[in-house]
Amino acid sequence: MTHHDLRGASAVVGVGLAGCGEAPGRTAMELIGAAAWNAVTDAGLKMTEIDAVFGVSAVHGMPSVTISEYLGIKPRFSDGSMIGGSSNVAHILQATMAIKAGLCSTALVCYGSNQKSASGRLISSAAEFNPYEQPYKPRFPITAYALAAARHMHQFGTTRQQLAEVAVAARAWANRNPEAYMHGPLSVDDVLNARMVCDPFGLFDCCLVTDGAGALVIVARDRAKDFPKKPVYFLGGGMAHWHRSIMQMPDITVSAASESGPRAFEMAGLEPADIDVLELYDAFTINTILFLEDLGFCPKGEGGRFVEGGRIAPGGSLPVNTNGGGLSCVHPGMYGTFILVEAVRQLRGEAGDRQVENPETALVHGNGGVLSSQVTSIFGTEATL
Amino acid sequence: MTLEDRGPGPDAVYREELLAGRFTIQTCADCGLASFPPRVFCRHCGSDALTRVEASGHGVVYSTSAVRNRPDKGGDHNVSLVDLAEGVRMLTRVDGAAPTEVPIGARVKARIVTGDVPHVVFDLVTE
Repeated sequence: MTHHDLRGASAVVGVGLAGCGEAPGRTAMELIGAAAWNAVTDAGLKMTEIDAVFGVSAVHGMPSVTISEYLGIKPRFSDGSMIGGSSNVAHILQATMAIKAGLCSTALVCYGSNQKSASGRLISSAAEFNPYEQPYKPRFPITAYALAAARHMHQFGTTRQQLAEVAVAARAWANRNPEAYMHGPLSVDDVLNARMVCDPFGLFDCCLVTDGAGALVIVARDRAKDFPKKPVYFLGGGMAHWHRSIMQMPDITVSAASESGPRAFEMAGLEPADIDVLELYDAFTINTILFLEDLGFCPKGEGGRFVEGGRIAPGGSLPVNTNGGGLSCVHPGMYGTFILVEAVRQLRGEAGDRQVENPETALVHGNGGVLSSQVTSIFGTEATL
Repeated sequence: MTLEDRGPGPDAVYREELLAGRFTIQTCADCGLASFPPRVFCRHCGSDALTRVEASGHGVVYSTSAVRNRPDKGGDHNVSLVDLAEGVRMLTRVDGAAPTEVPIGARVKARIVTGDVPHVVFDLVTE
């Protein structure tokens, strides 16, 4: 067992969601406020006891400042680093560092968006004008991931059927989650026969666009048992990014998760075989395949074959994206928050019909931009400390 | 020149060259590697010894996608990544086949398109 200073240094003691799916009439900040209130209440705290805010938003230039004001918090420490959908996953690492350094004691990590009700489109920093991309009218972020999928298919023989297995598994998990936005049967043929969006992706290869907000409360390990709910400990985290624009990704079939994952595993003193439940940022079906490979759950190029036969679906040997994923549960522009919340619920044993049997460890992998920022976090129960 | 902070920078020069009919790529006199899009120093070795050379225009399709659109919205169009002979990769469009039928690995040749934002597209090379 390694003894990195940050291993086990913090714990999640509160989680909350709000407005997942559709929340017409609500602003992004109202959704963030409701999720934060739910997380703080879950922890048995009052908002005024929060002394650090780590928050992002698609619509605020100074998100942690705006969020703190709205919540009535005067933080001792705050950070709104925007690295795309993985931001909140990175904030878990940063909150743990700040707590360990004594800069704060009770941190709130949060995100929210009303983008389905407000616009019906994915709002992202992809709106930055890039003269080396825009003349070709890519439909970002979809086109970038589609290019990765096409190359993966060419190089490794991955098939559209295998991509479809990812969407089918996600829907099967969503069917066990009453909070998921999408319910109902979904077959491989349904995925293959859906309207094409950006080859090789059809409609069901792409994540939902929903409303929704999420929040988590993080405290130091020595306080973790002072709260009503079973604490979920931070065991390891790592981040990596190599590019912002898809043309600068060195090998489009290998993401920087191949660095963030090993960094997180090293801090946690764990290996892929030690992980009981995985929550991977599945903005598109190819993501799950790439991250299973890059995080070491199967060899590079084998991800498509790995997910065949329902291996990652309910009843399969490796539970992946147990809330239904960004593909079938919730995806309000940035999804990292929601995989963090799902991992905590699984480790608490609160996941209802989709509960994995007695998990002790969970891996959360966040992705941002166009396979750009990659952040891995590993969590565990008290038994893993 | 690229590190000076006055006058047209590498981005502006690249577009001026395109408008003049020249597709240029920066190469590093120290490490020999090419950079694209243009930079103020070599992103591979950090040297400021970047020089601008006319690209061969030869490339190979690294990956490809068709962005689907209804006919009344302009129909489908191709978006590809092309690896240039000089060793850099570009986001671009490949013409000469249906947007969905551009083969990965196919050889392509550059063509300059001028307009509000001058840019480079590629045509499939037929034997």
